[in-house]
Amino acid sequence: MNRLIKFVVLDIIKNRTILGYTLLLAIFSWSVFGLEDNSTKGVLTLLNIMLLIVPLVSIIFSTIYIYNSSEFIDLMVSQPVKRNKIWTSLFIGLSISQILAFIVGVGIPLLLFAPLNIAIGMIGVGCMVSVIFIAIAFLSCAITHDKSKGIGVSIMLWLYFALLFDGLVLFLLFQFADYPIEHFMIGITMLSPIDMARILILLQLNVSALLGHTGAIFTDFFGTIFGTFIATFVLCLWAIVPFYLSLRMFNKKDL
Amino acid sequence: MIVIQKISKKFGKLTVLDGASAQFNKGECIALIGPNGCGKTTLIKSILGMVVPNSGDILFNNVSIKNEFLYRNNIGYMPQIGRYPENMSIGQVIDMIKNIRNYNGQLDEELLDLYKIKDLLNKKMRTLSGGTTQKISATIAFLFNPDVLILDEPTAGLDPLAAEILKEKIIKEKQKGKLIIITSHLLSELDELVTQVVFMQDGKIRFHKNNDELKHDTQMPTIAKAITHILKTSSHE
Repeated sequence: MNRLIKFVVLDIIKNRTILGYTLLLAIFSWSVFGLEDNSTKGVLTLLNIMLLIVPLVSIIFSTIYIYNSSEFIDLMVSQPVKRNKIWTSLFIGLSISQILAFIVGVGIPLLLFAPLNIAIGMIGVGCMVSVIFIAIAFLSCAITHDKSKGIGVSIMLWLYFALLFDGLVLFLLFQFADYPIEHFMIGITMLSPIDMARILILLQLNVSALLGHTGAIFTDFFGTIFGTFIATFVLCLWAIVPFYLSLRMFNKKDL
Repeated sequence: MIVIQKISKKFGKLTVLDGASAQFNKGECIALIGPNGCGKTTLIKSILGMVVPNSGDILFNNVSIKNEFLYRNNIGYMPQIGRYPENMSIGQVIDMIKNIRNYNGQLDEELLDLYKIKDLLNKKMRTLSGGTTQKISATIAFLFNPDVLILDEPTAGLDPLAAEILKEKIIKEKQKGKLIIITSHLLSELDELVTQVVFMQDGKIRFHKNNDELKHDTQMPTIAKAITHILKTSSHE
C-alpha cells in the first residue's frame, strides 16, 4: 500500500497544477496578512477565501485526477493488488498532496502572523475541508462512469455547498420564521461541511457577531467546547461517509 | 486449475455472459473463440476479477476468487488493448509492476530482450504505437513466470516478426506445463498452438473439445477450417 501511495504522491507532485495551487494559496495568505494589521481580521478574510477556494480546487482536481488515473486503476486491478488498496491509496495520496499544498501555502503565513491556537485551528480545518471535498470527488467519480459528467457533478456539488446551501437556509428561515425551527436548523447546518468548518473557526475566534443565524443557534445550543467537539465530529463524518460509499461502489465496479 | 461455474453477467439490459461453465487444467492451451461480442473478453476479465459477475462463481486452484487478489500472482494477463498511465515511461511502468508484484523468483526477461525494449525504456507511454504497446503488454504478462497466461488477442497489431516471436514464446511456455488461454480471430495461428478449443456464442459456451475431436467431428483437416465451418453453420441456424 505504501508503494502505491508513494507512487500517487510523486505523480501528483510531478503534475504542476498542485504547485500552482500552493503558490495561489501563498499569494492570497501573504497579501491578506500584508494588508491587514489586525490579525483577527486577516484570519477572517483568509477564512472566507479558504472556504471558497480550497473546496473548489480539492474537488475539481481530485475528480480530474481520478478519471485520468483510469489506466493506472485498470493496470493495478489486473495485478495482485486488492481493490480496496488501489482506491484507498489514491485517496490517501491525493489527501497528502492537497494537505501539503495547504500547509505550505496557508499554514506558514498563519503560523507567522496569527496567534498559535487560531493558526493551528485554521490549519486543521483547512486540511479537513480538503479531505472532505476529495472524498466527495471520489463519490462523484464512483457514481458516474463518464468523465465530463463526473466533473459536472463535482462542480454542481461545489456550487451547492459553497453558494446554494446558504440561500436554501435563508429561504427556510424566512418561510418558517413564525415557527420554532431553531433546533431543526442545527440539523440542517450539519448538512454542509463548509458551514460546519466556518462555525468551528468562529467558535475559536470568539467573534459571535459573524457567526450568522445558524452559527449563533449552534453555539447557544452546544456551548463553545461541546460545539467544537460536535463540529469536528460532523466534519470527520463528512470525510469518512462519502469515501466509504465510493469504496463500496468501486469494489463492485466493472473495469 | 480454473473452474468456471455458471457465471452470468449483465451490462444494463444486455446479457453478456449467460450461465457459462468451463474447466481449464494445467498444461492445456485453450483457444477461446466465437463471434464478436460473444463474451470472450468479459469471461477473461471475470477470471481476473476486473468484471464482477452477477451470479455464479470462479474457482482458482479450488478456491473461490470472490474478494481474493493474491491468486493473481499466478496469472500473467495480456489485454486486448493495453492501457497504461500516459505520462510514465516504459521503464517506470515495468519498475512499478515489479515493485507491486514483489516477485522473488527469476524474472523471465526473454521477451524484454527479443523485443529490444531495453532501448526504449525512457520513452513515454503516450508516444508509443499500438504495436509497441502490445509488446510491452506481452513482456509484462510473461515477466513473472506465472502458472497461467491469459492472452486476449495477443498478436493483433504486432508485426509478423514480433508475432512469430510471441508464438514461439507461447509454445515454449506451454511445454513447461503452464495453462494458456488465448482468444484470437487469427485462426491460422492457433493451429500450432492450441490443444483445446472453447467455442462461445451469445454468452454461452457451446462446446469445449480437444483438437482431434474437433477435426474429427467436422471432418476438416485443420482447426482453422473446422472453426470456420462451425461459424458458418452456427450463423445459419
